[in-house]
Amino acid sequence: MRELEYPFDSEYILKKSKRIKKQLLEEGKATVKKKIAVLGGSTTHDIIRVLDIFLLNQGIEAEFYESEYAQYWQDIMFDNTELISFAPDLIFIHTSNRNITDYPTVGDSGEQVEALLTEQYKHFEVMWEKAAQTYHCPIIQNNFEYPFYRLFGNQDAVYLQGRISFLNRMNEKFYQYARDHANFYINDISYMASAYGLDKWADPFYWHMYKYAMCMQAIPEFAFNVSNIIKAIFGKNKKSLVLDLDNTLWGGIVGDDGVENLEIGQETSMGQVYSEFQKYIKAQKDIGVMLNVNSKNEYDNAIAGLNHPDGSLKPEDFILIKANWEPKSKNIVEIANEMNILPDSLVFVDDNPAEREIIKAQVSGVAVPEIGTPEQYIRVLDHSGFFEVTNVSEDDRKRNEMYKANIQRQQQQQSFGDYREYLISLQMQGTIKAFEPIYMARIAQLSNKSNQFNLTTRRYTQSDIEQFAADDHYITLYGKLEDKFGDNGVVSVVLGRKDMAEKTLHLELWLMSCRVLKRDMEFAMMDSVVEACKECGITKILGYYYPTAKNAMVREFYALQGFTKIAEDAEGNTTWQFDIPENYEKKNTVIRVNE
Amino acid sequence: MSREEVFEKLNEVFRDVFDDDTITVTDATTADDIEEWDSLEHINLLAAVEQEFGMKFNMGQVVSMKNVGEMADIVISQIS
Repeated sequence: MRELEYPFDSEYILKKSKRIKKQLLEEGKATVKKKIAVLGGSTTHDIIRVLDIFLLNQGIEAEFYESEYAQYWQDIMFDNTELISFAPDLIFIHTSNRNITDYPTVGDSGEQVEALLTEQYKHFEVMWEKAAQTYHCPIIQNNFEYPFYRLFGNQDAVYLQGRISFLNRMNEKFYQYARDHANFYINDISYMASAYGLDKWADPFYWHMYKYAMCMQAIPEFAFNVSNIIKAIFGKNKKSLVLDLDNTLWGGIVGDDGVENLEIGQETSMGQVYSEFQKYIKAQKDIGVMLNVNSKNEYDNAIAGLNHPDGSLKPEDFILIKANWEPKSKNIVEIANEMNILPDSLVFVDDNPAEREIIKAQVSGVAVPEIGTPEQYIRVLDHSGFFEVTNVSEDDRKRNEMYKANIQRQQQQQSFGDYREYLISLQMQGTIKAFEPIYMARIAQLSNKSNQFNLTTRRYTQSDIEQFAADDHYITLYGKLEDKFGDNGVVSVVLGRKDMAEKTLHLELWLMSCRVLKRDMEFAMMDSVVEACKECGITKILGYYYPTAKNAMVREFYALQGFTKIAEDAEGNTTWQFDIPENYEKKNTVIRVNE
Repeated sequence: MSREEVFEKLNEVFRDVFDDDTITVTDATTADDIEEWDSLEHINLLAAVEQEFGMKFNMGQVVSMKNVGEMADIVISQIS
């Protein structure tokens, strides 16, 4: 919804939130439901009200638990029964510098300040530890914003007794905890407050009057920021930037002005702006954002522009370069198709409002930010939080290479008459094993992101995944696939619950990344499932398919694997049975597994 | 701005905030008359009024305000 995309009108959102919520519910944008506990050290009423609509807009229908006023610590430490039975999928701890109970005083020695720091920090640490043990879910914790006055003036950050110094040191301890704990995320309100303007943010009126930690008008920006972390945790980040060229990545029109006259580089102010923007985009690629071009241009001119010596982006940084005279809406759909991702994973960046309108009107789901003027591009993209980072995995860093290798594979495919021959030529190596610690994050990420090749669309957090791995009642398998063009990383996950009384395996989750469609990886997984069943004496496998708006491609998946349909209900949910034959013949003949 | 005009605008703000087009506020209207108007919604309401009229309530005014009539008086005193 346009009204909820950055940059947004906060006053409008605050005033119209009820109407906006009704609209969002009618549009039915939300695809997952999550239970979110908001544990406040200050009032949280309007924060939840606004967070609710931002989450809906990000595709998450939230049910909230709200702690009683300032009971964040007690709720966790004393096992509030209401919170326990709520069983949150995520906990957001909304504290601020108003929740520091004891600050250093002028006469304190360095040791005394140190002791106080430890005491104040431990108050939080014990709570995080308890929360992790009790709820096994992701935790989002605010850091501390600066106070609105400075006793020691400019030296407040220098003197150990200064509040600025004290809060900086507290924050560093919070960050260290976040570095050491996978399921723990910082919500950087210190940054939010400075970007917003601390004097306005920390207006004491709202604290003394209503016990809000920030001014009312800052709540939408604050809530939006939190919603970005939450959607990232639940795998709803965008994946790819689709970029225009002329007046987006450089100043001028390469076809008219010629490469030598483009504005990029250090010679002009505008050239510097575009240089900085290209560097920003290039860095996005390094954190796993995939780059594509969608430009009205002769292809050769586009390539020439991208080879400009002063630009940091080069043609090889992009997966697909669509430079032609087709409508951009057609190009962007092709980009989504060729990469096997959905349009709602794309962010379209174009300086031309008319082109943006076409994409908005023609291709639903694509994010189309109002990027403003060139000097604003970075801020708008950055504050939009499309690619909010929750952890940068090895896979993220290599994603561009993986997708490029995929395109090369497609090209090679065209030169083979026989598909099997082509698959063999890929020299695929599979690794299929029970869940292992180094892949837990990736497995959880897949369970939250995979929509199309996903039989049951069950979403799990990393701690859920870790628990399954440790549970004897489950068969867990991840599948990793390499070939001569590159390593695809972990691409498939199967989770089965054993019913030993019935000698049956119930397949609770079976998913695969679409980047390895038609590579026979699903057959290799089936072989491994059967093998794991045989090892523990299971003779029957039951598969389940639950239809969603996005997973029609696997409706007949189990038929393909040799299962027989044994039940179907009115909603189209189907159950499939496979009796493991005495001499099961392996279905995969093209991937070498665990060699 | 006349008192009538202020009331007209206040009425719009109330309808927006409580998402209820049947609301008509008068001098005597208080939180008891509008079901959703509790202490928490009050904060949002005041923020919306401030934005509508481009003014700010101070703490003393917020604490002492008793009904919509008094709210209108404060608004008028601040914008005239």
